[in-house]
Amino acid sequence: MIRFIINRTCQSLVILLVMSFFIFLLLGLMPGDPIDLLVGSNPTISSDDLQRLKELYDIEKPVLERYLAWITNAVHGDLGYSRLFAQPVMDILSPRLFNSITLMSVSLALALFVAIPTGIYAATHPNSLLEKAINFLCFAGISIPPFWLALLFILLFSVFAGILPASGMETIGDGSLIDRVHHMILPVATLSMATIAGYTRHVSASMTEVLQNDYIRTARAKGLLEKSVLWRHALKNALIPVVTIIALDFGSLFSGALITETMFSWLGMGKTIYDAIIGSDYNLALIGLLLATLLTLTANIMADIAYAKLDPRISYQKKN
Amino acid sequence: MRVGLWLLGLLVSLVALNSTEAWTKQRLVIGVTQFPSTLNPLIDSMLIKSYILAMARRQISIIDHNWEPVCQLCTELATFENGRAKVFPLKDKYGRDTREKGVRTRFTLKDELFWGDGMPVTTEDIFFTWQVGKHRETGVTNHQSFTDIIDIEVHDAKSFTIVNKKLDYQYYALSGFNILPAHLERDAFKKPRDYRKKTLYQTNPTHPGLYNGPYRITKIVSGSYIVLEQNEFWKGKPPGFKQIQVKTIEKTSALEANLLSGSIDYIAGEAGLSLDQAVSFEKRHSERYKVSYKPGLIYEHLDLMLDNPILSDLRVRKALIHSIDRTAISNRLFSGKQPVAHNKIHPLDWIHTNTVKKYSFDLQKARELLNDAGWNTIKTGIRYNSAGKKLQLELMSTAGNRSRELVEQVLQSYWKAVGIEIKIRNQPARVLFGETISKRKFTGMAMFAWLSAPESLPRTTLHSQSIPTKENNWSGQNYTGFKNQLMDQLIDSIEIELEKEKRKKLWGQLQRLYAEQLPAIPLYFRANSFIVPKWLKGIRPTGHMFPSTNWVEDWHVIK
Repeated sequence: MIRFIINRTCQSLVILLVMSFFIFLLLGLMPGDPIDLLVGSNPTISSDDLQRLKELYDIEKPVLERYLAWITNAVHGDLGYSRLFAQPVMDILSPRLFNSITLMSVSLALALFVAIPTGIYAATHPNSLLEKAINFLCFAGISIPPFWLALLFILLFSVFAGILPASGMETIGDGSLIDRVHHMILPVATLSMATIAGYTRHVSASMTEVLQNDYIRTARAKGLLEKSVLWRHALKNALIPVVTIIALDFGSLFSGALITETMFSWLGMGKTIYDAIIGSDYNLALIGLLLATLLTLTANIMADIAYAKLDPRISYQKKN
Repeated sequence: MRVGLWLLGLLVSLVALNSTEAWTKQRLVIGVTQFPSTLNPLIDSMLIKSYILAMARRQISIIDHNWEPVCQLCTELATFENGRAKVFPLKDKYGRDTREKGVRTRFTLKDELFWGDGMPVTTEDIFFTWQVGKHRETGVTNHQSFTDIIDIEVHDAKSFTIVNKKLDYQYYALSGFNILPAHLERDAFKKPRDYRKKTLYQTNPTHPGLYNGPYRITKIVSGSYIVLEQNEFWKGKPPGFKQIQVKTIEKTSALEANLLSGSIDYIAGEAGLSLDQAVSFEKRHSERYKVSYKPGLIYEHLDLMLDNPILSDLRVRKALIHSIDRTAISNRLFSGKQPVAHNKIHPLDWIHTNTVKKYSFDLQKARELLNDAGWNTIKTGIRYNSAGKKLQLELMSTAGNRSRELVEQVLQSYWKAVGIEIKIRNQPARVLFGETISKRKFTGMAMFAWLSAPESLPRTTLHSQSIPTKENNWSGQNYTGFKNQLMDQLIDSIEIELEKEKRKKLWGQLQRLYAEQLPAIPLYFRANSFIVPKWLKGIRPTGHMFPSTNWVEDWHVIK
């Protein structure tokens, strides 16, 4: 297993290196540059000043030359400077990565906490009234646009009821743990809603399939308690496809959280990467996208490890 | 019974507390949609930065509510009349006088100006700012305005003379000269190339010594909020609030919900709700909030690609403007809050003239013009010329901008009525401005806005030398490709004409020429919407680039 993890880590590093080049290339191919965008807010800026700023920010150099300069600096620990935020890239991204991971982890935990038992119930009680209701709510959860849901939550809980803050990550001047948790409720609820619905559908479908297998019938025939059949025998196998989906979802969580982050003014990675791309902040966009890639790769390694834990038949040892 | 009375008492106290809350307020929370990239006043131009910094930093001179230049840090403006401005001949490399003229302007700083750490604002700060501004590598945005200054003569701690090699009509204003605290910023300037990274406005932006206005910035959470508190060394009129918080909420729908939930008190017009949202908000909440609209210097128009043979014909350009009812568009889509533009100069600007050609909505006239231009065969409602070419034009704008998309559809239907087929092809803002418009790749019309300044010379947008080409590395913003000798002469003459009356005549000529030649179709001047709670008074929108926060000390709560 350790050899497998080392191999996968090495593969991931190569993928990151290749990705860094392609992301850099694609960002360089985007129309316009940060200095062109300045003209919109400063029509009196002279052509000489535009040229001088382009030279200062090394925008006129060929992409390959800029990439080589960037990778050399990156190897020495300098990941570059954000033009949009006028700070070193990691100073911008570190707190935002933490904020995003916090938001995602809590919403993922909540989603799994709700989706697994609900999915099992739906699979074990086909055609019941509650199963139909669960299905209906799942489709509704998947269909509701997050921005609309966010707005609805803000109106209900902040404007009318006045019990939860409408946006932000803390009350200015407070910032205690309770205050932060208070601010987290609505973004987590919004982000979890679609995830709960999606995971419930996956757990339910996977469970329904697993429950048809012979070993489940054998387990029941042996007289095992239904609870034990479901949780110890069926669920482990049913979770394998769900784990794959969670691992694949990790990278898209950054982009998926964009709307939630914007609606609730939550300073996270999704919004930062989006702003960096729109604002032609190459360094920030590049590192942000690489972090998203890294997170997806890590999640996939963890998923591979989880497969082996869930199903003892899966082994990563070399067979002679 | 006792419990009932107790509850009643509590309720009464809560209601009383709520009603007294407004006029005992010590803190104001402003909602905006943007966050500044840097707080260094010389690096990057962003309206939101000007908005926030105007509460914490004052400039040498600005433009007031009447669109007149006024002093903030100086005692009086330098004019020829008061003897503070003097013309001098520029010298050649041998020290001989040339025919070119420069201007010397003498300024005096007001007494009792202090940075937030107690250090006085002096001419040392002026001189240091010039050093930073004129250095090529510091990353200062408007570097050229500093390089035009050939010397600063320091007379004493408070008075100085700017020696400018360029004599133009704006000689009296030191626009863009945002002073830096020399005692704090000198270290960051030791290595000029690193200045933009090491400036204290970046590394320690809550240092009190960086600010000389009524407030100073005390807390920043990047991308989220900025807290300002009273500057104890401010000797001017004391501000009305102890603390001001500026919260960034980018989604305007969420911004509105935050206002209603009480998380913010006021939505700034400079960076807040769009006009249609404000109009809708006013209908629903006018009992609690006063919504005021201020038309400003944002000129919404259609740039016409004059290289296109169809649009190079003046008759077609005139037909295009005659066939659209701009008043109806303004009234129906914007509740009449955005005045129709007849040329690019705002009616509040003193150089504006009413004597320009105004194009009424006249479909008959439009049809006649198109017939004259040779577009007189109509098949299935669309015009063709004798060569069988269809009268079809492309209309571009920023994708996702609801107002513009709506206007585009209305324009399309107007033009269809006279036989012009319009293909709408919108692009994301960064593609449109970063490539299509800046490299003149649009083929027909492009709808966008110009942010201007009072008496702003349109050299970059109308002079023939400002047409972006590959050879000049796409510099200049004359995207239409407008070439007119008279326009070039007028721009050159206005720039060096110092007498106001003569200049006004030249401006009149320029506006008439613009309206006659129609390199662009003027639509309207955009308005900013200020959503102010009824207990808050003193906010006076300006309509130009110097935001209302320049007079933040006038803001107060009423009972």
